[in-house]
Amino acid sequence: MVDRGWSAVSDAALIRVNGLDKRYGTTRVLRDLTFELKKGGALVVTGPNGAGKTTLLRLLAGLTAPTRGSLDVALDRSRLGFLGHEPLLYRELTALENLDLYGRLYRVPERRERIGMLLERFGLWDARGQRVAALSRGMTQRLALCRALLHDPELLILDEPHSALDTDGAALLDDELGARAGRGTLVVATHDPARLERLQTAALALARP
Amino acid sequence: MTAYLTDVATLARKDLRLELRARDTLPAMVLFVLATLVVFHFALPQDAGDDAAYGLLWIALVFTALLGLARAWVPETEAGALDGLLLAPSDRSAIWLGKTIATFAFLAVAELVALPAFALFFAGLDAAALAGVVLASVGICAVGSLVSAMAAAARGREVLLPLLFLPLAIPLVVGGVGSSISAEPGTYLAFLGLYDAVFAILSWAAFEYVVTE
Repeated sequence: MVDRGWSAVSDAALIRVNGLDKRYGTTRVLRDLTFELKKGGALVVTGPNGAGKTTLLRLLAGLTAPTRGSLDVALDRSRLGFLGHEPLLYRELTALENLDLYGRLYRVPERRERIGMLLERFGLWDARGQRVAALSRGMTQRLALCRALLHDPELLILDEPHSALDTDGAALLDDELGARAGRGTLVVATHDPARLERLQTAALALARP
Repeated sequence: MTAYLTDVATLARKDLRLELRARDTLPAMVLFVLATLVVFHFALPQDAGDDAAYGLLWIALVFTALLGLARAWVPETEAGALDGLLLAPSDRSAIWLGKTIATFAFLAVAELVALPAFALFFAGLDAAALAGVVLASVGICAVGSLVSAMAAAARGREVLLPLLFLPLAIPLVVGGVGSSISAEPGTYLAFLGLYDAVFAILSWAAFEYVVTE
């Protein structure tokens, strides 16, 4: 594991992980992981396939529980945005219906304006009436990003967000992340850390346990 | 409380919209219950009497509900949408309640077709029997939405769902048949009401633990 930019334990830490282990049955995925991330920081998580990047991000999002150790994210889950390997969308609902559903559940103020702005920004306005099942993989990823950003989260957790995006889509995402720099906290798992170098305040290189 | 009910309504409306668009649950339930009643009509001896027919009605209703429950969480598992709902700030029991209401609506539509067909093929249902159908349906959907969520997260879900659901449905069948054929149906209706209250509260409280590790 490479530590860069880690602070000692401090009150400003948004994420505190201490002695974290995660097993699925007899398979150990994460082993004795300890780190902190300050509010406003950007943590880039790298590692080979099977190193536990996705599991770590799911742990941080509260979608799975640690087997051992402690994990504290000092944030209400309404302030957390998550993009996983799957889009977390309903395939038979349209792009607009999906965002409207999540906008209602997150009680997004001025929901329709916010949804319209995100769809325009990510080049999906013309596809707003299409079912997710009919969208290409790249367009689905753009829509999943809109869903993750819909409630303007304070902590954004992204699992390989550039995957499936074309050049324009990847540039849009880079712009969005750049605009959020310093304003929110970011945790990104990626196989292309160079792309996030200018945002990164901390790095975590995982190895297979 | 208002926010909670708003979330429940949003989630139930989403399920109804999904079904209106995909039409992959309700038509199957209606066709199944009609086909089952037709088969029973020809299989049951002429002199079998109404009591046996009421028993078969409940078999048809329980397996029709099982058909709907098997599909209940498919939209949530297809593209990880359940994770999206779990991440939302709404109370997680609202997800269960929304699903229960939607499943009840599908089962009610199937019953609206099945009960006249039953009256045509076998015998009519009195007010007590109809109340039994409503109360048992509430219990079926409350418990079924919970166990189908458990099964959806597991391997071998097609096998697991009936194994979990059918033992829990036995008291509902006893209450339902009793309310249809007993001279004193009030006891059975009270039993069904008690079952609904107890298992709805248990399912409501347990849902969060079922869907999170």
